[in-house]
Amino acid sequence: MASIRNRLRKPKTASPPEPTAVELAVELAPQVVLQLDLDIAPTDPLLAYLQTSGGAVDLSRLKLDSPALEQMRQDGLLVIAPLVSQGELIGVINLGDRRSEQEYTSDDRKLLDDLTAQASPAVRVAQLVRQQRLEARERERIEQELKVARLIQQTLLPRDVPHLSGWDVAAYYQPAREVGGDFYDFLYFDDGRVGFVIGDVTDKGVPAALVMATTRTLLRVIGERLVTPGAVLERVNEVLIDDIPPRMFVTCLYALLDPATGRLCFANAGHDLPFHRSAEGVHEMRATGMPLGLLPGMGYEEKEITLAPGDTVFFYSDGLAEAHSPVGEMYGFPRVQELLTGCQSHADLIACSLDSLADFTGAGWEQEDDVTLVTLHREAGSERVGVGSEDLSRHPAGEWRTLAEIEIASQPGNERLAAEQVAAAVAEVLPQARLERLKTAVAEATMNAMEHGNQYQPDVPVQIWVDESPAAVRVCIVDQGGGQFLGDAQAPDLEAKLSGLQSPRGWGLFLIQAMVDEMHVNSDDRHHALELIMNRADDGDPAAAQGA
Amino acid sequence: MTQFRPFSATVRSANGAAIVDLHGEINANAEAVLNGAYAEAIQGQPGRLLLNFGDVDYINSTGIALIVGVLAQARKAHVALVTYGLSAHYQEIFKITRLADFMGMVNDEAAALAG
Repeated sequence: MASIRNRLRKPKTASPPEPTAVELAVELAPQVVLQLDLDIAPTDPLLAYLQTSGGAVDLSRLKLDSPALEQMRQDGLLVIAPLVSQGELIGVINLGDRRSEQEYTSDDRKLLDDLTAQASPAVRVAQLVRQQRLEARERERIEQELKVARLIQQTLLPRDVPHLSGWDVAAYYQPAREVGGDFYDFLYFDDGRVGFVIGDVTDKGVPAALVMATTRTLLRVIGERLVTPGAVLERVNEVLIDDIPPRMFVTCLYALLDPATGRLCFANAGHDLPFHRSAEGVHEMRATGMPLGLLPGMGYEEKEITLAPGDTVFFYSDGLAEAHSPVGEMYGFPRVQELLTGCQSHADLIACSLDSLADFTGAGWEQEDDVTLVTLHREAGSERVGVGSEDLSRHPAGEWRTLAEIEIASQPGNERLAAEQVAAAVAEVLPQARLERLKTAVAEATMNAMEHGNQYQPDVPVQIWVDESPAAVRVCIVDQGGGQFLGDAQAPDLEAKLSGLQSPRGWGLFLIQAMVDEMHVNSDDRHHALELIMNRADDGDPAAAQGA
Repeated sequence: MTQFRPFSATVRSANGAAIVDLHGEINANAEAVLNGAYAEAIQGQPGRLLLNFGDVDYINSTGIALIVGVLAQARKAHVALVTYGLSAHYQEIFKITRLADFMGMVNDEAAALAG
């Protein structure tokens, strides 16, 4: 008797071949074993026939439009016996000519049927064992890959957060089981500025970890050479796009903090928008830009805000915003925003976020994606109070250099002292006419600070910082009158004053604003600050012409 | 070190005009002296009142308010007010505040008397 074996079509695996169920069965036969590779298509009617045939089948009597049947006949098969377990066809025993060259008898067929009936459960068990072995091996391979991915990510994440006087930085990172591509980083510069990076690579596992590592390295190297966040992201995109695997990209937000002034300049490559909590409320920090690695030639919008004491910025990844509840609802950005309005203490913000996420996702939640949270907080009692608005893009944070730091006792008349000291600091920087205007503005602002902010308490000084950039001079005048509102700098109504309908006073704020190129007001609950910007020169400015 | 001079004012007359020579800083401390000088100057019912800023070092917003007060009184008394001796910086401030729209602003005393 000649035994011939074949295989049913099944998914191919990378594992070395093991004996199939059918092979196990035919090993029992002490006859010549021939190798026959025959794939039976899932749509072949022979499969359905064998599943219901109930015993050995004489191929010569079978009439089916079956390519597999035709192939079997060509290969010399005469009888086939299906192995069926729990109604499922799990293999076939194929018989060719008997060595005696006699026909198969009914006894032979009965023996064959008994054999398949006995063998089928054993073959099925063997198949399941083999399948479990393969699955275990695959799980082991995946776990090993995840370990590598975790190792790459955790090795490259910062070991510590920046420790900056007057600032509090905190970070939290929890990888998903499958390890997403989240990352964050801090970049330190010689002039004291600190870069904050948060990003997310599409895909998971080792490929995402490798792209994350590449992106992090690019940001560090390019961040050293280029000044502004927008330029850094633009260059990283250009380099990354040549190497990133297809269908992968990186979202990334890069923010550059000047701790001395509180200015935070940022650009965004498609990452979830951070939130800024200030005395005015909680606002998205919006700057447009495509993710890294998608398209060449991308530009990245730059924005700048100034963090006043008490302000907090919250960076996060989509592992938070896109987490789902048990009923499939997404956590969403409004909830992220509510975190900042609801959790007043910056120190508790990460804990509040995690509690809120846990409440939302419920017990037994399997984390879908990495969760990365970074908080940046300016302490309320910090030395140098930040001032300014979000609309100072032509004065990039990194360009300012401090010329003088001045303290003025809050005593009547000392505003002239302030004006003279500021003038001395910028005498070589501004033309005479612009210098005179700045002196008037500084004197008025200092007078307001001493009178309204510090109530003319001699032991409560007005603090003044004088900075310069290639384009301008900046004077920040800070008092302890937090929460005050000085009103808008509207042009006074001189006719009304002359006719006695209004007080002749009320020129201060108007004069300040008229004297400088930009004026910004900022307050928290303890401080009030006025920022004056005077450009070095303005061709169309009569004051500049007078001083020339 | 810059010396800050307190405000003072002297009154004289010439060609039917009263001239108030102002000195030092015009700020809140100048109120009494300035109003006294105005009252003295207006006593002789001059045809015009000249304010000489040539020796003024500094005018702050309260000083501007005091000048507005003087201007208001002069207008009420139908006395023309003319200023001279203002530095370019304070001329600019007088224009920005629109004081220059309601009072003459010339360079020197001769021009003020002639105007």
